[in-house]
Amino acid sequence: MTVNIVGAGLAGLSCAYTLAEKGVKCNLISLQPSERAQSVMAEGGINASLNTMGENDTVAEHFFDTMNGAVDLADPNAVLGLCKNAPKLVEMLDKLGVPFSKNGIGIIQRNFGGQKKKRTAFVKSSTGKIVMTALIDAVRRYENEKIVTRYSHHKFERLIIENGECRGLTARDTYNDELISFCGAVVLCTGGMNGLFEGLTTGTVNNTSDVTATVFEQGVKLSNLEFLQYHPTTVGIQQKRLLISEAARGEGARLFVNRNGSLWYFMEEKYPEMGNLMPRDVVSAEIVKVTDMPECENTAYLDMTPISKDVWKNRLSDLKEQCIHYLSVNPEKTPLPISPGIHYFMGGIYVDENHMTSLNGLFAAGECACQYHGANRLGGNSLLGALYGGKIAGESAGKINAEFTTDFIAEKSPDKKVSPELSKEICKILGESLKILRNENDLKTAEDKLKSLLNKDLNSLEKSRVNLALATVMCALNRKESRGAHKRVDYPDTDKNFQKTTIVSFVNGKIEISYREIPKLRDKNEIEN
Amino acid sequence: MKLRIDILRQKSPESKPYRQIIELNCDNDETTISSLLNTINSSNLKDIDSNDVGEIKWDCNCLQKKCGACAMVINGRPRLACDTKLSEFKNGKITLEPLKKFPTVCDLVVDRTPMFENLKNLNVWLEDNSELKPKKTELAYEASRCIQCGCCLEVCPNFSVDAGFFGASATVPVSRIISELNKTKGYDVLKNYRKNIYNGCGKSLSCMNICPVGIDIQNLMVNSNAVSVWKRKN
Ligand SMILES: Cc1cc2nc3c(=O)[nH]c(=O)nc-3n(C[C@H](O)[C@H](O)[C@H](O)COP(=O)(O)OP(=O)(O)OC[C@H]3O[C@@H](n4cnc5c(N)ncnc54)[C@H](O)[C@@H]3O)c2cc1C
Ligand code: SF4
Ligand code: SF4
Ligand code: FES
Repeated sequence: MTVNIVGAGLAGLSCAYTLAEKGVKCNLISLQPSERAQSVMAEGGINASLNTMGENDTVAEHFFDTMNGAVDLADPNAVLGLCKNAPKLVEMLDKLGVPFSKNGIGIIQRNFGGQKKKRTAFVKSSTGKIVMTALIDAVRRYENEKIVTRYSHHKFERLIIENGECRGLTARDTYNDELISFCGAVVLCTGGMNGLFEGLTTGTVNNTSDVTATVFEQGVKLSNLEFLQYHPTTVGIQQKRLLISEAARGEGARLFVNRNGSLWYFMEEKYPEMGNLMPRDVVSAEIVKVTDMPECENTAYLDMTPISKDVWKNRLSDLKEQCIHYLSVNPEKTPLPISPGIHYFMGGIYVDENHMTSLNGLFAAGECACQYHGANRLGGNSLLGALYGGKIAGESAGKINAEFTTDFIAEKSPDKKVSPELSKEICKILGESLKILRNENDLKTAEDKLKSLLNKDLNSLEKSRVNLALATVMCALNRKESRGAHKRVDYPDTDKNFQKTTIVSFVNGKIEISYREIPKLRDKNEIEN
Repeated sequence: MKLRIDILRQKSPESKPYRQIIELNCDNDETTISSLLNTINSSNLKDIDSNDVGEIKWDCNCLQKKCGACAMVINGRPRLACDTKLSEFKNGKITLEPLKKFPTVCDLVVDRTPMFENLKNLNVWLEDNSELKPKKTELAYEASRCIQCGCCLEVCPNFSVDAGFFGASATVPVSRIISELNKTKGYDVLKNYRKNIYNGCGKSLSCMNICPVGIDIQNLMVNSNAVSVWKRKN
């Protein structure tokens, strides 16, 4: 049996590593080599309650912080699995040679948003890159043994679905335009839907959302698309938003706004307990609110000058270099004007606790999947989610013993693209409606505009992109409450009746929305054990 | 600022490369080459001979010099397009060419597979659990930073895709592995290092000044030589 993994970021690598360790053969198919995946951009760190900082941290606290951050919209059983396995996974990274800094007890951890204790393991401000290097090397060993086979310039085209079951996929070799069919179970690890917001996200260009859009049209259910994470501290640079990692605030940076001529540290005043490190949805919304106040200037600043020389050198070296290089600001000396920017997609392909999608034989993990983060993801939980999710997806896919066969032969067809004009248009429509603070009017307007786009002369990929955008707007329109990253000014309260997962399906050419109950925690005692 | 961009183009691996010259204006000299390419590709431009420019193929992803995709030869020097600003070219003359050590796929896209294959040939992985010592943490960190862009190979006098010498893009990652070993014998990676790195490197260090992420390649080699050639334990 061969498992086909699409996407070679952290989730894809973790899946391949898990399968290879069990001796299961897999194909690792990606548009670019792992070194180029968005995962290498992660900066701040990865969460695990290692309890190395003398704060009595526990799995239970990691669990509750994650559930609170998610505003009770995450599957508690899945989250518990995530938090319980986190220490083991970080230990595994340590064994694979990730050069974590250590104290007498173990790996040193830092503060991160939405968490009361130091729980984020890091390697300076390049955690993603350094973790990826170790996993790439670990998987290379299995490439050499021919257990893992890489296809590193191959673009996902379509799933092969026969008798209501996923039997494989087709991919295009982008070097010679040939189509290849891969037979077997499929695990999608294709990252976030950045392409819906071209130029407005902190992430990579090639996570276009096209894989999610295509499988959606092929009948795979998506969920919680309305939950987009705006990271509080980003800066617009050419073609994208530059992230100023939460690690800066974890190491002492402060947010302020100029109010009537004096500096107002609004987060510290409004939220004395966690201050600048409140969950991201809260910080982003506060930035919008204070910069809209008549007595305040309309720009908020991140003051990194309190960070010591030693911390800059040993823990944030890349961040400083980035500020100087791309922003011409020395953050040691000058506060930086920032504003929130799109950073993470909590929603995506619907998966259950085992990372199985709504389609038999198809699994998903990492940012493309909707799991663990509910209405808002905590910083440091997505590297963890990708690592753990990839592992669980691998274990689940590896259990399918049936030898898949298919007579499917890929027919040659020209490569399709979404035109730059359409991409910009979609981005504009979504940017104007899926804001940090949303309202019915804007969302309705967006819905109408997207619907009328569908009547234009579009190729099939363009149609899928528009449908995905439309599905996202419809999810946001339908959730008539405020929860986590989905804040409706017309429905400012959290409504118990909406403590449900949004499910969105494409049935007979139409987008349908329904809700599913959040699973109950199977055994409360499990949290403390 | 008036720009004259001279691009070496190629339709497919087999077809003949040709030059195309585009003239256009750009007011912001902070513009990066990646952003410039994006602008060209989203406007319907003609070259100076009134031919359509069409889409210029190039590789990118992060736009923040973190993924190594956008390496190309810019005014004769291998660099990252997302890390190169127009302000460097005061006279507005820019030439863009694909990296020459690798086969061209089309336009500015090259096939860097051999670079990755060399890491396999060199056994760049740990056979056992890491035995990283605290004093080597910084070294292992530095060696984990290579973005596999291939810029170093472009200037290396000793590297070619079919030579037995693998260049700095292999030296750096393998140094991470070597820095985490607790023995100086018994691993193929040590033998391979001597054969495919140590014996072939002329130590000209042309690669050092070119590395876009500023890796101290020499420092890494000192340690890898010590362990694999001089049998000094980490
Ligand atoms: C600047 C930045 C900093 C971050 N910092 C942190 C942090 O400190 N801590 C944290 O926990 N999280 C952080 N995150 C989030 C985290 O990095 C991502 O959520 C995570 O890495 C996603 O991993 P992944 O494996 O799901 O996807 P990715 O790493 O995005 O990989 C996607 C893969 O899919 C492939 N692919 C995409 N489309 C196709 C296609 N059509 N055909 C074939 N292959 C395709 C790509 O080539 C790639 O290999 C950060 C994100 C950014 C942008
Ligand atoms: S030192 Fe010289 S020979 Fe050795 S890798 Fe660098 S450029 Fe090549
Ligand atoms: S050593 Fe530097 S120049 Fe060479 S591939 Fe690595 S990052 Fe690029
Ligand atoms: S696009 Fe990633 S390094 Fe330039």
